[in-house]
Amino acid sequence: MTTTRADRVHAAAYRMRHHILDMGEVQGQGYVGQALGVADLLAVTHTDQLRHRAEDPEWAGRDRFLLSTGHYAIALYAALAEAGTLPVSELETYGSDGSRLPMSGMASYTPGMEISGGSLGHGLTVAVGMALGLRFQGTRQRIFNFLSDGELDEGSTWEAAMGAAHHQLGLLTALVDMNALQADGPTAGVLGIEPAEQKWEAAGWFTQRVDGNDVDSLLAAFDAAAERAQPVGQPSVILCDTRIGRGVPLLETREKAHFMRIDEHEWQLCRDQLTHGHEGARAQ
Amino acid sequence: MTSSTSSTSSTSKTSTKRLTTSAMIASFADPGQRTASAPFGHALAALAESDERVVGLTADLGKYTDMHVFAQAHPERFFQLGMAEQLLFGAAAGMAEVGLVPFASTYSVFAARRAYDFLCLDIAEPNLNVNIVGGLPGLTTGYGPSHQATEDVAIFRGMPKLTIVDPCDSVDIEQAVPQLAAAEGPTYLRLLRGKVPTVLDEYDYTFRLGKASVLRGGNDVVFVSSGLMTMRALQAADELAQHNVDVSVVHTPTIKPFDAETVLAEVDSDRLVVTLENHTVVGGLFETLASAVVSRGLGTRVVPIALPDEFLDAGALPTLHERYGLATSTIVDKVLGELG
Repeated sequence: MTTTRADRVHAAAYRMRHHILDMGEVQGQGYVGQALGVADLLAVTHTDQLRHRAEDPEWAGRDRFLLSTGHYAIALYAALAEAGTLPVSELETYGSDGSRLPMSGMASYTPGMEISGGSLGHGLTVAVGMALGLRFQGTRQRIFNFLSDGELDEGSTWEAAMGAAHHQLGLLTALVDMNALQADGPTAGVLGIEPAEQKWEAAGWFTQRVDGNDVDSLLAAFDAAAERAQPVGQPSVILCDTRIGRGVPLLETREKAHFMRIDEHEWQLCRDQLTHGHEGARAQ
Repeated sequence: MTSSTSSTSSTSKTSTKRLTTSAMIASFADPGQRTASAPFGHALAALAESDERVVGLTADLGKYTDMHVFAQAHPERFFQLGMAEQLLFGAAAGMAEVGLVPFASTYSVFAARRAYDFLCLDIAEPNLNVNIVGGLPGLTTGYGPSHQATEDVAIFRGMPKLTIVDPCDSVDIEQAVPQLAAAEGPTYLRLLRGKVPTVLDEYDYTFRLGKASVLRGGNDVVFVSSGLMTMRALQAADELAQHNVDVSVVHTPTIKPFDAETVLAEVDSDRLVVTLENHTVVGGLFETLASAVVSRGLGTRVVPIALPDEFLDAGALPTLHERYGLATSTIVDKVLGELG
């Protein structure tokens, strides 16, 4: 039986989800729900899409992945471990004093972390500059900016969206985690952002909206974006509808919370559910 | 007789005509003063000839920050980001991240008030070589608080790693531009644009980033000044000489890091010490010097000449400079009053 791209991504996402739970347990809480939700998406970027050198994260020819949503660092650390940029053994230091893996992602701390996100609505503006700069330098490197649906509240995101379309930054791709939740509650109640596709299309972007937990759909969307990626062209956005806590039914069904608290005895239960779910899926 | 009456009437009419705000950026050059046109734009265009990393960005204010000179000379290296200051500085950070040396221009009010978070976190924290160019610093427009960056230095001084430069004239600007590009981290230039006075070539002076210079010595008073107020300080020193008051002028175009060594060597005396700045009295040169004086344990009294802690009026620049104490005549009066 041949191993497909989708199989490899599935396997990576599964391992990443275990890493995420392990890191979450170190803190006893955290952005575990969001991280589980985007594990499939980051498994695609970090095991299937990005040109990089694991042993040389500063390699000038690399594609850029910008984590605008700094608190999703826990998910990116898992992806960087999967990509070989971080040793898996280091993940247990997550959020600890002196660790290279702080709770909110910062470029000066972590190999493979391109920018210090966290003040939301910044990443796409920096990505526009990188895309302009790399094109000016004559390269064909791609730039991916990861942001959350909550960041669509920020005016700067739309300044950048217009700027990218105006300058025809065809090698720029925005990845939006549409998990429908932000700090004060459901996105729809905090500041409505729908219809999101129409907004991006109106801003001049090639827009796709997919189930962000369906690996086949994600791969198809990334392939479509890659096919169109040109130094001068339409920037591309993939809106990914994700489910918070994906892969762990206990967390999928828990009342949605931006900062999820998980009791001490529940971590093993979460891991067991994740393992069983994965084995069940493989058996089908 | 008829002719004389007519002349008097005409003069009277002229003298009652009020000064007007005129353009957004009224030149503060005195009538007949030597000036250079768009020194920043020309200096940047010249620098780009020898440094291929240099790029220019603006947020719909190219013409008003002299960036258009660079844009015309190097169109492929000029990037128009639109009226979007957060994007302007975020994008400048991204360009610096890939090894370019951006100069990004807008008005000081928009850089300091509107885009602070982007300057702070995307540029200063990673210590990127982005050069922020802010037009209309302090009171250099009569358009009122929306455009008068009276507190830009106060806002920026708290930002770690940011170098702050307040040039006096075209000489300062021409010499500063390559040094700003050569400096490793981020810089903020309080831009003077258009017809900019040329003053410092009459002194034994060269701009050195991070350094203050004693432009002239004097036994009675020490002026510590930056920006266009150094020009006024020199003019006031000349006028005070006619009152037998001997004034030393220390020009400190770099506000941060502050050259305390050079400045305190002058300040540590029994002369009257006066700071002169085109900025609110809160958080600018006066407080920079005051903290240096206190830290050194000097008991020197320092008299500030600065803008008041207020939102300022609209109007003609000469009127406003006189109203708020930046005019040469008001400086002279203030010093004579202090000396009793």
